[in-house]
Amino acid sequence: MTEPAGPREVRVSYFALLRDEAGCDEERVVTASATAGELYAELSDRYRFSLPPERLRVAVNAGFADWETALADGDLVVFIPPVAGG
Amino acid sequence: MSDTVQAAGFALTADAIDPERLRAGLEHPSAGALATFEGRVRNHADGRSVRLLEYQVYPDLAQAEGERVVAEALDRFDIIAAHCTHRSGILPIGDMAVWVGVAAAHRGAAFDACRYIIDEIKRRLPIWKRETYAEGDSGWVNCQVDGAQQATSGGNDGAQ
Repeated sequence: MTEPAGPREVRVSYFALLRDEAGCDEERVVTASATAGELYAELSDRYRFSLPPERLRVAVNAGFADWETALADGDLVVFIPPVAGG
Repeated sequence: MSDTVQAAGFALTADAIDPERLRAGLEHPSAGALATFEGRVRNHADGRSVRLLEYQVYPDLAQAEGERVVAEALDRFDIIAAHCTHRSGILPIGDMAVWVGVAAAHRGAAFDACRYIIDEIKRRLPIWKRETYAEGDSGWVNCQVDGAQQATSGGNDGAQ
């Protein structure tokens, strides 16, 4: 599976603390990041996210995924801060 | 578990939870036990006075993962039916945030499965809780960063 080398456009949804820090619920991001992990690093630089990736999980297209998951055009990426349901 | 009732195992709601209606959905002639758990909004956390809670939910993933948890309980325990409903939005003190019910022939499996469901729901579902304190500040539970400033609140100093 070779990913295109050029930038791709993904959707990113934010929840909880990340939503507060990003200042929006959802946005489209044109990115050269190839993986979910690289995208979090890129957005962390932009928004100064306070949570390190070790404390997050990531979901791609509404399923839990690995940080190494390759991103494709149109993907929905959601970073999952520490949960607190119940 | 041949007579397992195929009820909808998990639901999210922005409205008040009605436990009577949910309990009625678990009635079954061979159920000698019905174990239920109600999670309610408490007026304190980590020594601070809490005024209200806001639950934020990632609906698509929470629904899928909630259904998975209930399916796991039906698989692991000798039970007849199980259901969990979780609330979203802003909840005052005393409101029900989550309801779990398990019907089984005997109490042991009902208690065990009920405990399993609430524990896994709390551990796995993409649901977040913001506490607003009596002093007016607020913080996302479990999202504190030691030694860093709190972008969201300015108050909750790392109590976990």
